[in-house]
Amino acid sequence: MLSARGIHFGYRGRTVLAGADLALAPGELVCLLGGNGAGKSTLLKIMLGLLTPQKGEVTVGGQPLDAFARREVARRAAYVPQVHAAPFPYTVRQVVTMGRLPARGLFHAPGEGDRTVVERVLDHLGIGHLAERPYTEVSGGERQLALIARALAQEAPLLIMDEPLSGLDYGHQVRLLARLEGLAAEGYGVLMTTHDPDQPLSGCHRVALLKDGRIAGDGRPAEVLTPDAIRLLYGVSVALLRDAGGQAIAFRPTEGKTACSP
Amino acid sequence: MAEIVLPRPPGAAGPLRLATLLVAPALALAAALLALSLGRYPLPATETLRFLAAAAGLVEMEPERYALLHNLIVEIRLPRVLAAILVGASLSVSGAAYQALFRNPLVSPGLLGVLAGASAGAALGILLGGSWLFVQTAAFLTGLTAVGIGVGIAHLFGGGSLVMLILGGILSGALFMSLLSMVKYVADPYNQLPAIVYWLMGSLGQVNLTDMAWAAIPMSVGIVVLCFMGRALDALSMGDDEARALGVPVKTVRLATIAFATLISALTVSIAGMIGWVGLVVPHIARLLVGPGNARLLPAAAFLGAAFLLFADSLARNVFTTELPIGIVTELIGIPVFLLVLSRVRRGWN
Repeated sequence: MLSARGIHFGYRGRTVLAGADLALAPGELVCLLGGNGAGKSTLLKIMLGLLTPQKGEVTVGGQPLDAFARREVARRAAYVPQVHAAPFPYTVRQVVTMGRLPARGLFHAPGEGDRTVVERVLDHLGIGHLAERPYTEVSGGERQLALIARALAQEAPLLIMDEPLSGLDYGHQVRLLARLEGLAAEGYGVLMTTHDPDQPLSGCHRVALLKDGRIAGDGRPAEVLTPDAIRLLYGVSVALLRDAGGQAIAFRPTEGKTACSP
Repeated sequence: MAEIVLPRPPGAAGPLRLATLLVAPALALAAALLALSLGRYPLPATETLRFLAAAAGLVEMEPERYALLHNLIVEIRLPRVLAAILVGASLSVSGAAYQALFRNPLVSPGLLGVLAGASAGAALGILLGGSWLFVQTAAFLTGLTAVGIGVGIAHLFGGGSLVMLILGGILSGALFMSLLSMVKYVADPYNQLPAIVYWLMGSLGQVNLTDMAWAAIPMSVGIVVLCFMGRALDALSMGDDEARALGVPVKTVRLATIAFATLISALTVSIAGMIGWVGLVVPHIARLLVGPGNARLLPAAAFLGAAFLLFADSLARNVFTTELPIGIVTELIGIPVFLLVLSRVRRGWN
């Protein structure tokens, strides 16, 4: 259980977070929504101990996060950054093997056990066939899977993902979201930021809304994700579309065009 | 050198991978044997090997012959061969470590101003008319000072971020380059200025066993320490946040890498003057040979750097009747070799 309480943070006088609370437990998939510059990435980095909050506290398993050495934090919560380019053509296997650093330390070569873990997570995410390909040459979706595989190789129960779906084509987004649901079903706690309010409608167990440095809503998608909430976050009017069974499926903007309700 | 540019087949494993790991040490050994055998009085490589075996007590050799070869191989050529090995390995391993640290395959060991600083210091030492040891010490200390100033600027004005480190290094390097120009301007144009200019072209001709004895220990330590940084540098090259999330103490690794790379690079200038291109080109050749993973790349770069400089020094000594400055030779070979590997190297860039 990773929990941030009353987090305040600012860069050079500009307040980003002003009392944000967010928690992540194993087995749940939590989506964090918020506008550009709302401080989603900042909150994730604070929860990973990469930034120190000016006020407030992050705890893991009830213990303050800063009581742990970096390696110990890395064995409890893993970070999946936004997909990026690497400056050197490491193979996918080399990238994933970096996830074993916290377990074996900086000065030990990976052993048989580490190689087994790496094989297992590569197979688990279905990218075993990419193992020897350069990370710089596979597609964006495959890179994102490699970064997730690296996080799984850390064998931490909690995964913190910064916009894992952005930059991926529609097919990759759908498949990756299903994959993340699967990981949550296996017992991983997954916290991800996203820009698309439709995604959490179908996939997430919980949605948190970040607005003005605070969590403006936190709960089941059906309760939290309302047209009012979307107007609060993004300043646009939307209608919520539902399927025949009354299940919410998507938002549709109602501004700037003739409103057409379903 | 072109023949060692073997494209590594993707998925090379087992015996093939083992073989690629042995290429660099084997080349370094072969180059050392070549450098010990070549010279004004050339020996067949077999004769050099026979002498080495005799020195190790494995075979008998007539005493006069042994004395002659001892003088030739141990007294005259060995200091120079040791210097070439250490200088080549230091520059290459520093270059490879800096490329990972600064996430840029075009970075060389002089990035933070160590070479500019050491050059200015050496020129100042020559201007002040000091002994050779004084010139070497001045070069070493100003090399460290230049990097100290660059890193200091980065920490005072930018919290030690990567971009500020590079900017600090550029500023510090420019400062010492202008100091060097000033020293050249005031130097006596008949004696001191030529000495400064030749010194800046680089030469292994001045080394002796005493110099090498005091420099060998810190250089070997620095090379080995940097080689052990490989796995941390892999993670660091992916980004600061990612490395820290993987449990890597980013600031410590970065400062330690800069400290040891600066130490051994400043020593290369002390021993051999300015030798360019080795630290930029050799890591690329090593990357083609063993792949980009730094745990293998750094040792491979050290061996290949040693081989490269031994080869360059053998050319410098033997192509013309008078010795060429080795800095010119490394540039002349370095540029075509770099062009040769460029097409493969570019694959990794974005």
